[in-house]
Amino acid sequence: MTTEPTPAVGTLDPRPSTGAAPPTLRGAAPRWLWLPVVLVLIPGLVPIAGLVGRVVGATDDALALARSARTLALVWNTVLLMVVVTASAAAIGVTAAWLTERTDLRGRALWRVLAALPLVIPSYVIGMTFVSASGPGGLIASVTGWQVPSLTGLLGAWAALAVSTYPFVYLTVRATLRRLDPAHEDAARGLGASPSRVFRTVVLPQLRPALAAGSLLVALYTLSDFGAVSLARYDAFTRVIYAQYAGRLDRTPAAVLALILVAIALVIVIAERVSRGRAAYHSRSPQRPPRLTVLGRGQRLAATGFLAVLAIVSLGIPIATLISWVVRSTQAVTIPWGAMAGSLTASSLAALVAAAAALPLAVLVSRHPTRSTAWAERLAYTTFALPHITVGLGMVFIASRYLGGLYQSITLLVLVYASIFFAQALGSVRASLVQVSPSLDQASRSLGVGPWRTFGRITLPLARRGMVAGGLLVFLTAMKELPATLFLRPTGFDTLAVRIWSAADSLLYSRAAVAALLLLAVSAVPMYVLTTRDR
Amino acid sequence: MHRNRRGVAALIRLILTVLVATSCSSGDDGAQSLTVYSGRSEDLVAPLIQQFQDETNIEVSVRYASSTDMAATLREEGANSPADVFFAQDPASLGVVAEAGLFSALPGDLIAGVPTEFSGGSAWVAVSLRSRVLVYDTERLSPADLPATVDDLLDPAWGGGRIGIAPGNASFIAFVSAMILERGEEGTLAFLEGLAANEPQIFSGNSPIVAAVDDGTVEVGLVNHYYLLGLRSDVGETRAENHFFTTAGAESLVMPAGAGVLEASQNKEAALRFIEFLLSNNAQEYFVTETFEYPAVPGLAAPEGVPAIETLAQPGLDLSALAGVLDRATQLISEAGLL
Repeated sequence: MTTEPTPAVGTLDPRPSTGAAPPTLRGAAPRWLWLPVVLVLIPGLVPIAGLVGRVVGATDDALALARSARTLALVWNTVLLMVVVTASAAAIGVTAAWLTERTDLRGRALWRVLAALPLVIPSYVIGMTFVSASGPGGLIASVTGWQVPSLTGLLGAWAALAVSTYPFVYLTVRATLRRLDPAHEDAARGLGASPSRVFRTVVLPQLRPALAAGSLLVALYTLSDFGAVSLARYDAFTRVIYAQYAGRLDRTPAAVLALILVAIALVIVIAERVSRGRAAYHSRSPQRPPRLTVLGRGQRLAATGFLAVLAIVSLGIPIATLISWVVRSTQAVTIPWGAMAGSLTASSLAALVAAAAALPLAVLVSRHPTRSTAWAERLAYTTFALPHITVGLGMVFIASRYLGGLYQSITLLVLVYASIFFAQALGSVRASLVQVSPSLDQASRSLGVGPWRTFGRITLPLARRGMVAGGLLVFLTAMKELPATLFLRPTGFDTLAVRIWSAADSLLYSRAAVAALLLLAVSAVPMYVLTTRDR
Repeated sequence: MHRNRRGVAALIRLILTVLVATSCSSGDDGAQSLTVYSGRSEDLVAPLIQQFQDETNIEVSVRYASSTDMAATLREEGANSPADVFFAQDPASLGVVAEAGLFSALPGDLIAGVPTEFSGGSAWVAVSLRSRVLVYDTERLSPADLPATVDDLLDPAWGGGRIGIAPGNASFIAFVSAMILERGEEGTLAFLEGLAANEPQIFSGNSPIVAAVDDGTVEVGLVNHYYLLGLRSDVGETRAENHFFTTAGAESLVMPAGAGVLEASQNKEAALRFIEFLLSNNAQEYFVTETFEYPAVPGLAAPEGVPAIETLAQPGLDLSALAGVLDRATQLISEAGLL
């Protein structure tokens, strides 16, 4: 496990794997370290049991849906969307990463920031701005006079998701490009290969693991996305699961569809794992900076144009649309303080719980790796891969019947958040621990310092940076979380995400825009910290 | 490091403060509180509920979702439900909860003013009335192009995304339930499949459909009468217009939105005050002038711009029978591939 590249799932900027596995501590790990791990993994995994329980006792009527042509059409719609989004996100991400890392384009520092920024904007916000800015009566038509097609259906879902997910590929590929040893490229060039040939035959193969990791994230995100496909009115699994849940008295069909969606997610995770095999490329940190490709005049223009269009589409249009709604609004702008407080409370608590629970597992994984720690880590990533709508739905089934006081409570919402985003915290904490050899702990112990003091004075300070980064990452994603929140929030408890979605769903765009701008403002802080530290 | 630690401590303190503040607001410091499950949308009824809070000092927590969703949720929660009042958008959802025996009987003098044909015995009471209509785009269609009956929409000429529907919306489901009572399951499924064959655009609710007709995204939509009036009060003139069917079928159904008090409620007194409030002159006037619905308590005039309720063609159904076929209705909608 330890030689695998740190899964990009966990970090915005995955660290280089150091090649050799760090030495580990001898002796069994204390058992109690497992307690928080189990506690935080359960709220993510148990709901799936809830879905299974629901389906097992189902009538034939409900199960008939699973075999119907309707379900087949849903699988087709969902897979089609996933393929086109992943392909375009990969193409955009790799191109942007190469242009900003390996060419002599001017203003690369600025382009790097701009290319990563769409990560802060939830896909449903991008989706709603695209839907409303496009079409005959949209902002684009009224400002420029150009007739753009309505971004609804497959076209709309694809556009919104490609734009919101390409940063996953961009960030992982960029990180790899930074640490590739340029010696190979120089050798190829010395043998007379053209820059494009060098890229295709030397660089691209080395990017494969990063590209696969980023693409996996894009595929899983697309599968899980609920808000953007709903606002674009595209019949993907998530939209129909919610429609079946909200529109039918019988909840079993929704559970049947949710289980099929879970199965698709697991197939993707397993397929990626199998195809990755042992084909990871490890490079030592490069000795010198890579030679930048010198762009010709036409190329420079094209490259700048590409990055500018990307920034306009992914940041310019969404933000301009949001601001124009607020400005044009005929009603008085009211700030949803309640929703803001709700978002901040639930997300920060989830961040604290996830970061705290990640520490013991990260210690186990990095210091006492065994078969069971490997499994616990795998479970954490599996929970992360589960579509949130299925977790929310399954948890509602269980909580409304068996959990009494926890049903519709903030506690349950926070635990579910912490569970589904646990892998992000784990990735960060683990990364901070594997950078330091456990011989430090050993030295401390051999000098006669007790295990608790060693933990407090050596391990904890080492892990703190990772815990803060992981916590911020969990905070950032929990702020944007929508479908699980819809199912699990307490009555009267509001979040910005729910506010944005329900307002956009009723076409109350100016109200949605105020909440969306607030969400962006709050997210900007952790995003700034995450991207500027470690420079 | 120390600064870091202090930052974390400050954050924890902030969160605890917020938590305590939010939990206190619903705690019992002598004030009464009320939990309402609302199938009516927030933008329509939130101001009304605020008015109730201001008048009575009763703290109200509202859970907004679709009426069908809330009915299913209430059935599932049973006696564990945290809800005190179910405020629904259609008689079928209310009937389902009534048939499950989850409502507590409303006092006779409380509901005496409401015509019995619109209410569910003593289980729930109608608070406003609405008619199904076809909203259409006046720039692309003239009244002569409009379908005479709802079945005309099955003509292939209406294919290719010209029609907008909201199949998950309780009003649409009530319309389909009424159609089952009128022409049986087979006939209803045939209608739904015919509609599906014309590839209607699927929306999440009525207001998005009306907005879509008004901006030319779809040409006609099956909705309730008042969404267009609401849009007009926001934006002034609209190119969308209501068409009231003159056929006495499910497409002209006049149906109540209503409310009932749950048997499991711990706050029945406050819940009854809420129902009383909904039937008060103030609330009835709110429905007429703010949401443009017909009042459930006779005496107020109809909202401006719609025909008097007595003049509307109606299918002549027993509304309490809708609940019995709601389950089938949602199943048929799903079978036709619309949900």
